[in-house]
Amino acid sequence: MEGALGLLGGGGGGGGGGGSSGGSTDGSMSTVSKAEVVEQDYVGLMSEVSSYPAEAELELGLGLSLGGAVKSNHCPWREYGRILTAKDFPSVVSRGSSASSSSSSGRANTSVTAITGTKRAADSVAQEVGPANGASQVVGWPPIRAYRINSLASQAKASTVEEEDSTAIGNGRSKDSARKNINGTSNKNNGNVQENGRLRSSLFVKVNMDGLQIGRKVDLNAHVCYETLAQTLEEMFHRPTTTVNAIRSSGENEHAVKPSKLLDGSSEFVLTYEDKEGDWMLVGDVPWGMFLNTVKRLRIMRTSEANGLAPRYPEKDQRQRIKPI
Amino acid sequence: MAYSFPEEVLEHVFSFIQDDKDRNAVSLVCKSWYEIERWCRRRIFVGNCYAVSPRIVMRRFPELRSVSLKGKPHFADFNLVPEGWGGYVYPWISAMAEAYPWLEELRLKRMVVTDEALELISRSFKNFSVLVLSSCEGFTTDGLAAIAANCRNLRVLELWECEVDDRSGNWLSHFPESCTSLVSLSFPCLDGEVSFSALERLVSRCTNLRTLRLNNSVPLDKLPNLLRRAPQLVDLGTGAYTAELRPELYSKLGDAFAGCKGLKSLSGFWEAVPSYLPATYSICAGIRSLNLSYATIQSPDLVKLIRQCPNLQRLWVLDYIEDCGLNALATTCKDLQELRVFPSDPFGVEANVSLTEQGLVSVSEGCPKLQSVLYFCRQMSNAALFTIARNRPNLTRFRLCIIEPRAPDYLTLQPLDAGFGAIVENCKDLQRLSLSGLLTDRVFEYIGTHAKKLEMLSIAFAGDSDLGLHHVLSGCNSLRKLEIRDCPFGDQALLANASKLETMRSLWMSSCSVSFEACKLLGQKMPSLNVEVIDERGSPESRPESLPIDKLYIYRTIAGPRCDMPSFVWNMGERSALRFS
Repeated sequence: MEGALGLLGGGGGGGGGGGSSGGSTDGSMSTVSKAEVVEQDYVGLMSEVSSYPAEAELELGLGLSLGGAVKSNHCPWREYGRILTAKDFPSVVSRGSSASSSSSSGRANTSVTAITGTKRAADSVAQEVGPANGASQVVGWPPIRAYRINSLASQAKASTVEEEDSTAIGNGRSKDSARKNINGTSNKNNGNVQENGRLRSSLFVKVNMDGLQIGRKVDLNAHVCYETLAQTLEEMFHRPTTTVNAIRSSGENEHAVKPSKLLDGSSEFVLTYEDKEGDWMLVGDVPWGMFLNTVKRLRIMRTSEANGLAPRYPEKDQRQRIKPI
Repeated sequence: MAYSFPEEVLEHVFSFIQDDKDRNAVSLVCKSWYEIERWCRRRIFVGNCYAVSPRIVMRRFPELRSVSLKGKPHFADFNLVPEGWGGYVYPWISAMAEAYPWLEELRLKRMVVTDEALELISRSFKNFSVLVLSSCEGFTTDGLAAIAANCRNLRVLELWECEVDDRSGNWLSHFPESCTSLVSLSFPCLDGEVSFSALERLVSRCTNLRTLRLNNSVPLDKLPNLLRRAPQLVDLGTGAYTAELRPELYSKLGDAFAGCKGLKSLSGFWEAVPSYLPATYSICAGIRSLNLSYATIQSPDLVKLIRQCPNLQRLWVLDYIEDCGLNALATTCKDLQELRVFPSDPFGVEANVSLTEQGLVSVSEGCPKLQSVLYFCRQMSNAALFTIARNRPNLTRFRLCIIEPRAPDYLTLQPLDAGFGAIVENCKDLQRLSLSGLLTDRVFEYIGTHAKKLEMLSIAFAGDSDLGLHHVLSGCNSLRKLEIRDCPFGDQALLANASKLETMRSLWMSSCSVSFEACKLLGQKMPSLNVEVIDERGSPESRPESLPIDKLYIYRTIAGPRCDMPSFVWNMGERSALRFS
C-alpha cells in the first residue's frame, strides 16, 4: 500500500542492489560483487589508519560466502569483538539491565554467560563500565510513545499523593514514584522500594535559548541535581562548532562537577523555567524534587531580560545550592 | 511496436489505478506511459521526506492533489532522535504553494510543523480539504486557528499524538459560521480547553460529521449534547469519561448513545469511571473498534464492556485487562483482527497486574482472524510463542515487547530464539516484527531464512555479533525499514551488505558498535545513500575513528545530503568530507 516514488527504479536506472523482489540468487549475486568492492577498499583503509590497533587482523571474508556457509564459529567476529575494550566505551550509558542486581531477575545475568560460546564483547564491556553516575538510564525503553507515558502519568498524578521530595532528592525520582502509582487501586509500589531502577521514566522538557531558533529537549530524570543539568545544557548550547575536544572525551570522570555559569550568574545567560502556573522562575531556588514536579519547560534567557523574575539573593555565596549526593 | 491509443484513453484507464505500486509499475512500461502517468497522478506518498526534494517531486508530478510525507525515523517516538534533527515541512509547503495551488490533502507524520507552515497552507490552497498530522510537533493552536478560519472547504482535521503548544486561543471558534463541510474532527492530543458552545454549534451545522474525537478537557456532562447533535457519527472519541455518579447524567448519556445508531468506533475514555460505561451498551453491538488504552479500568469492568461487543475487530487496551480478560475476549470476539495491550506501569520492576503470555496465547487460540498484535508483558516462553505461531499463521504484524531487556524464556531460561523462529517460519506473510527478550544470533538466522515478506523489523538488546545483522540484511528480501538499538552489531555486516541499503527505505542503528571510520567509508562509497551520524557528544572527529558512534541513520535518497542538518548531525558523503578538513 505504500510505494516509493519509483524514482529509483524508474527512468532507466537499474537500481543498485538488485531490488527487493525477484530471485534471491540475483539479489545475492549483485550484493556479492558490490560487497567485494566495498571490502577491499575497507581493508585498504584499515591498514592506513594509524589509530587502529595493529594486532587486529580482520578477515573480511563475509561477502564471498553469502551462500550461507557463515557459521557462528567464524573467527573474524570474535576478533572484531575483542578490539573493543573497556576504554573504548568511556561515556556509553550502561546497557540497561546488564548491571542489574534486582532480586527478581537474576535470570538476565546468568543467562548472558549461559548462552553460546560467542562472546558478546560489547555487552560485557558495558557491564564493566556500568552506570557512571548512579542515574542509569535506558532512554526510550520500553518503547512507548512519550504522549502515552505523559497521559498515564497525568492520570496517575490526579489520583495519588506525591512523594515527599526530601526522600527522593538523592535520585530525583519523585516523579517516577508518582508514575508508579498509576495502578489506582493497588499501592504496593508505594514508597521508594525500587532498587537500581534500570528502567525509569524520562521527563523530557523543551529547552530554548534566546537567539537560537531551534530548541532542544533534555531529560530531567537523567539528572540528580541542578549542576549536572546546567552542565548538560551548557554543552548542548555552547558547544563549539569546530572540532575541538569534545567535553566528554575518552575516560574522563563525569563526576567532576564544576560550578555552572548558568546557575551562578556569571554568564550572559541565566537558566529559567516555566512552572505549572505559567510563571517564569529562576532555576535553582527550590529543592530539585520540587523543581521536577513543577517544571514545564526551560529557557536560557539573556541576563538582561531576566529582571523581574523571582528575586535573587544579592550575594552569590548566599545562594542555596543543591549539593550532589 | 507503438501503442496507438490516444493519450486521453490511456489517461482515462490510468485514472482507475490508484495504488502507488501499480502507478509506479505503469510508469515503467515505456516513455509515453511514463509521461502520461506523471501528468495524471494525483496522489503521492513520500515515506522519507529527505529521500527526494520538493523540486524533484514537482518537476515530475505537476498535478498532485494529495501529498503524504513522513519525516523523522520511527524511533523518534521514543525520544531516541534528538530534538532539532530535522523533518521540517515548511520548505515543502512553500514549494507546493507555488506548484500546487489546487492541493487538497496533506498528511504528515513525524514532521516539524510550524504555525507559519499552517498559515501558509491555509492561505495557499483554495480547495484544501484534508489535514492529518500524526506525531507532529512545532505548532500551536494559533496555527490551527488559521486553518479553521481560512480553509473554506475543510473536511478533515485530525491530530494524532502531536505535541501542540496550547495557547488557549479558542482556535475552534475560528471556524466560520458558514463552515458546514467537516466530516472528521479529531484533536485528542490537545491539552487545553475548547469553547463548548463553539464546539456544539460546529457539530450542529456540520451534518456530514462522521468522526469526532475530543480531548480530555471536554467533560462528560457535555457529551450528551454533542451526541444528540450528531446522531450520524460513526467514530467517537469521548473526552474525560468521569463524573460524579448522577442518575440524570447517566440516563442522558445512555439516551444520547442510543441515538447514535451508526457508531462503529469508540475511543477516549480518559479517567474512565466504570459506572458510566454501561451507558454505551446500546450501541456496542455495532462497535468494530475500541480504544480503551487510556482508561485505567480494572479487568472485571473491561470484561463487561467487551462482552457487549461481539463484532469487535480492533481492541487497544491497558494490561489491566489481565489474562482473564483476554480469555473473555477470545471467547466473545471472534472477528478480532487487531489487539494492542499497553503497560499500565511500564517502569515498575514488579508486575502490577496478572497479565502474562497466557493472555496472548488465549487470544491466538480463540480469534481466528487475528492478524496484528502489539503486546507488552513481563514474561514469555518459547512454548507460548510456538503455540501462537501454530495457532495464527495468518499473523502479519507481531510486535512483542517484554519489558525487561534480554529477559529469557522464564520457564527454561533459554533465549527466545526458537520461539521467534517459529513465528517467522509459520507466519509466512509477516510484514512487521518487533523482537524483545534474550536473543542470540540464531534468531536472526531464522529471520533471514524465513521472513521473506518482512518489511519492517525492530531490534533491541539482542544478538551476539555482526553475524546477526548479516543474516537479516542478506536474507530478508522484502526488508524496507530496519531499526536497531543497543545491539553488538558493528562495521562488518554493514559494509558487506552495503548495497542492500539501497533497496531499503532506511536503517537506524543506535548504541551499537559501528565505527566512525566505517560510516565514512559507507558514505563515500554509496552516493545514493545519506549516511548520517548523530552524536550529541560532539564531533566524531574528536575521538579515535575506531570508536563507535552514537547513532546512525542511513537512508536512500536522490536528493543528496540535506541542507538543514543541525550541529550534532554529520553526513558522511564525499561532498561532506570537506567539513572535516
